[in-house]
Amino acid sequence: MSIDYNQKIPNNVDLSENKTLQRALEHWQPEFINWWKDMGPDDSQNFDVYLRTAVSVDPGGWAHFDYVKMPDYRWGIFLNSAEPGRKVNFGAHKGEAAWQEVPGEYRSNLRRLIVTQGDTEPASVEQQRHLGLTCPSLYDMRNLFQVNVEEGRHLWAMVYLLHAYFGRDGREEAEALLERRSGDADNPRILGAFNEQTPDWLAFFMFTYFTDRDGKYQLCSLAESGFDPLARTCKFMLTEEAHHMFVGESGVGRVIQRTCEVMNQLKTDDVAKIRAAGVIDLPTIQRYLNFHFSVTMDLFGADVSSNAATFYNTGLKGRYEETKQDDDHQLSDATYPILEVANGQIIATQAPYLNALNERLRDDYVRDAISGIERWNKILQKQGIPFTLAAPHKAFNRKIGPLSSSKISPTGKVLSEAEWTHHHLEWLPSLEDRVFVASLMGRVAEPGKFANWIAPPARGINNQAVDFEYVRFN
Amino acid sequence: MTYPAAPRQTITYDTHPDQYKHWRLSCDGPVATLHLDINEDGGIKPGYKLKLNSYDLGVDIELYDALQRIRFEHPEVRTVVVTSAKDRIFCSGANIFMLGLSTHAWKVNFCKFTNETRNGIEDSSRHSGLKFIAACNGTTAGGGYELALACDEIILVDDRSSAVSLPEVPLLGVLPGTGGLTRVTDKRHVRRDRADMFCTLTEGVRAQRAKEWRLIDDYAKPQQFAEKVKQRAEQLAALSDRPTDVQGAALPPLKRVIDDAGYHYETIDVVIDRKSRRATLMVAAPSAMPANEIDAIVAAGASWWPLLMARELDDAILMLRTNDLEIGTWVLKTTGNAQFVLDADAALAKHRQHWLVREVTGMLRRTLARLDVTSRTLIALVEQDSCFAGTLAELLFAADRSYMLSLPDDPEQEAKVTLSEMNFGSYPMVNGRYRIAARFYEEEAPIAAARAAIGKPLGAAAASALGLVTATPDDLDWEDEIRLVLEERASLSPDALTAMEANLRFGPGETMETRVFGRLSAWQNWIFIRPNAVGEAGALKVFGSGNKAKFNWERV
Repeated sequence: MSIDYNQKIPNNVDLSENKTLQRALEHWQPEFINWWKDMGPDDSQNFDVYLRTAVSVDPGGWAHFDYVKMPDYRWGIFLNSAEPGRKVNFGAHKGEAAWQEVPGEYRSNLRRLIVTQGDTEPASVEQQRHLGLTCPSLYDMRNLFQVNVEEGRHLWAMVYLLHAYFGRDGREEAEALLERRSGDADNPRILGAFNEQTPDWLAFFMFTYFTDRDGKYQLCSLAESGFDPLARTCKFMLTEEAHHMFVGESGVGRVIQRTCEVMNQLKTDDVAKIRAAGVIDLPTIQRYLNFHFSVTMDLFGADVSSNAATFYNTGLKGRYEETKQDDDHQLSDATYPILEVANGQIIATQAPYLNALNERLRDDYVRDAISGIERWNKILQKQGIPFTLAAPHKAFNRKIGPLSSSKISPTGKVLSEAEWTHHHLEWLPSLEDRVFVASLMGRVAEPGKFANWIAPPARGINNQAVDFEYVRFN
Repeated sequence: MTYPAAPRQTITYDTHPDQYKHWRLSCDGPVATLHLDINEDGGIKPGYKLKLNSYDLGVDIELYDALQRIRFEHPEVRTVVVTSAKDRIFCSGANIFMLGLSTHAWKVNFCKFTNETRNGIEDSSRHSGLKFIAACNGTTAGGGYELALACDEIILVDDRSSAVSLPEVPLLGVLPGTGGLTRVTDKRHVRRDRADMFCTLTEGVRAQRAKEWRLIDDYAKPQQFAEKVKQRAEQLAALSDRPTDVQGAALPPLKRVIDDAGYHYETIDVVIDRKSRRATLMVAAPSAMPANEIDAIVAAGASWWPLLMARELDDAILMLRTNDLEIGTWVLKTTGNAQFVLDADAALAKHRQHWLVREVTGMLRRTLARLDVTSRTLIALVEQDSCFAGTLAELLFAADRSYMLSLPDDPEQEAKVTLSEMNFGSYPMVNGRYRIAARFYEEEAPIAAARAAIGKPLGAAAASALGLVTATPDDLDWEDEIRLVLEERASLSPDALTAMEANLRFGPGETMETRVFGRLSAWQNWIFIRPNAVGEAGALKVFGSGNKAKFNWERV
C-alpha cells in the first residue's frame, strides 16, 4: 500500500521519512478505521461535521475548521516543540538530560503508563457512541463528535509512542488498544470508569467535565516525564483536552440555566412540577455530579501506591506542575496526608510522599473541579435560585483503596451499612432518575433549535452563529 | 557485608611447563606424571603462604595448562599419574588463608574454574583415551582429595598415618565444594551414611577402611607404592587407543592484545563497553578454507582454525570471567564466511577418529561447556555478515536469547543460520545432552525437523520456525529492539540473573556435573556469604587463629 503520509496524516514527526512508523501505521491505520466504523459514533459515518483538525503545533493557528466525514478525519500526530536542553526534573535521575529514547530499564513501566492512558481514549468514544441519536442540538452533536474524533487523535498520539519507541511489543499493544471494548465483561477496557455507560447527555456533560479532567491531570503529570517524546505528546494533547472540559462545563451550565429559567417561570422548586415541565431538577443534577465526581476519584488510583512511587522516582511521571513545586523534587523523606477511617471518623495521617502521589494528584484535581462547580453556582445565584451544588467529600462512594471499605456520606460522615442503604439514593442517581433523564433525550437536529431541557450556548464554535449548520446529514 | 570493588590488576591464564611454579610434568612413554610441589611463596595474590601443598588459582592454572599439554603435545601419553613431590603430603586442598582473604566473587570464580578443570580430567578419560591415577603418597585432604576424586583411580599410601579426608564441614564450616560431596556419592557410590561420617571426620579415613568404604581403589605400603602405581598405570595405558610414534601439536602462546577496549585475538575480538557493562565477543570464521586432509590438519596444528578459535574463545571466557566482573552481558556475534566454518565441521566429522581431531573436538566441547556455566547473560545476535553455522551455531544455543535480523524486503541478503552434523551430539553440555536436544527437551519432532535442515542455509523465518532463534526483528526494529533488550537486561539484579540463567539453561535431568555446578556450588556459595562462615567469628575467618567459631544456631 502506498500512502501520501503527510497529506493523509498531518504530523510534525517526519512521518514521510520514518519507515518504522510508516510500516506500523500501514497495518494499524486500516484497523483503526475499522474500529471507528464499528465502535465510533453510531449511524453518523456519512455526516459532514464541522470539525477542527489539528494541523500544526503553532499556538497561533494549530487548528483548521471545516466540514469532514468522520471516517475521513485526518487524525494526525503532533508533539509540542522540543525544549532545548530539557532535563529530567524529578526523581533519582533529576538533572540528567531528558531521554529521547526509551531507557531499556524502564521499558515495561513506560509502556504500561502509555497503554493505560491510551486505553481511555477509544474507551470514551465507545461509551459515547449512541449519544448522537439523542443530541439536543446540532451544536451539541458537533461538540460530541469533536470530542470523539479528538479522543481518537489522542489514541493516535499514544499509538505513535508505542509504534515509534517500543518495537514489536509496542505494535502489539497498539493493536490491543483497538481490540478491548468498553463494558465488555470478557474484554473490558483497563480502567473501571471507562467501562461504565454514558447513557444520556447529562452523563456525557458530567463525564467530559469530571472524567476528562482526570485525563487532564494524568496528561499534565505525564507531560513532566523524563521521557521527552511522552512529555511533548501530552503537552499537545492538553490543548485539545481543554475543549472537552469546556463542553462539559458549558453543557452542565446550560442544563442548570434552563432548569432555573423554568423554575422561575413556574415559580416552584417542586421536583415533580419541574420534571413535568420537561427539565432536569437540581437535586438530580447534584446526584449526577456526586456519581461522576466519585467515580473519577477512583481513577487516580490507590491512596498509597508503590507504582506511583516507582513511576515518580524513576522519572517517568511527575506531579501536576512539577517544576513549579518548591521542594527537592525527590521527596525521599517527605510525607503527605492521606485519609483513613479510624474510630468512626475520617482522619488524616501522614504517608511517605512518594507513595502518596496519587493522593496529591487527586487533591490538585479536586481544587480545579470545585472551581467549575462554583461557576455553576453563579448561574444559580444570577437566576435567584437558592440552591447550591457541591462536590462530595473525596472519600464518598469510593470503590478502590482503603476508603472503599467504609460507607461515607457526601459531607464526609462515616455511616453504618444501614444508614448508607437508607440514604444513598438521596446522593446517587436512582434508576428512576436515569429513566427520567432518558425520557427527555430525543434528537433535535435543526439548525438553531435546542431541546427543551437545555439552554442554547452564548456563542457558537469558531465564531460561527449558534444556528450555524454544524452537522449536515446527507 | 560489603563487596570490594573488582580487582583491576589483570590475571591471565598464560603459562608453560618451563614457567610452572607448582607442578612438574614428566613424560615417560605412555605414562606422564604430574608432580605437585607447591611453592609456598608463589601465590597468585599477596597475603598468604601456600603451605602443605595447598593451592590457589595459580596452581590450578598450571594444572589446566599441563592437561592441555598432555592432550595436544603428548599424544603418546595414555595414563597420567597425579602425585606429590612432597614428603607425606599429597595435597591439603585450597589454601584457607587465601579463601579467608578473598572476596566472595573471587572464591566463586576460583571454585568454578577448579570444577571445570576437574571435569576436564573426566572428560578426557571419557572421550580421549586418557586415564588418570591419583597416587596419594601422603595426606590427601579437602581439595586434595577432590582432585584425587576427579581421577579414574585413587591409590593411597598405607603408612598408618596418611588418610583421605574432607574436613571442610568440621574444620571450616563450609563444603567440599569443588566436587567432593558429589563425587563421593555419584561417582564412587560411597554409601550415604558412610559419606556422612566421612565428611564430618576431621582426621579422615586411612587406607584399609578407605578402600572398604570405596573412598579409594587401592593402597600400598610405602615400599611398594611406586611399583603399584606404575603397574596400574601401565595396565590402564594398555587399554587406550591413543597413538604411538606421532608428533604432538605444540600449543604456542596465544597472540593476544590487551588494551582498554578489551581483548583481541586472531579469531576472537572482545570489545568491552564498561559504561553499559557489556562485552561483545566477535568470533571470526576462517579467512580461507581450512585444512581438511589429515596431514594438512596435523601440519597446521594449533593454527588450524577450530583449535585456534577454541583456545582463543576459552581464554577470552576466562579473562572476562576473572577480570571483568561487572561486565554482566556478553553479546555473542560471528563474522565471515559460513562455508569455511562448515568446511571445518566437515573435517571434524570426517576425521573424528584421529587423535588430534578428537582432541580439537574435545577442546571445543569443553569450551562451549564453559560458556554454559558462565555467570553472565549471553545474548547472540545474528546480523548481516554473521556466520552462525555448525560449530559456531552452538553459540546461539548456548545463549540465553538469540536475535536474528530479518529483512522482509530483501530475504536474500539475510544472514543465514546453518546446522551441521556437529550440532547433533558432538558438543554435549554438562547435562550430557547436546544443545539442540536440551533446547527441545529431547522431544523427537523438533529435533528431527532441525536435523532435516542440516546443510540448509536458514533465513530468519525458517530459523524461527524451527525454534532455533528467540526473535527475528526486522531492519526497522532491529537497532531499537536490541538496545532495549540489552539496557533492560543490564538493569536487573546480577545475582537474580545469574541464578535465573543457571536454572533455565540446563533443564530437567541431572548429571554429576550439573549437580556440582548446581546443587553443590549453589549451597557452597550460600554458605560463603553466611556469617557462620565469613562473619568476624565465622569458621572460615577464625581458622588457624586458635579461636572457636561462633555460630548462629538457627537452622535455615
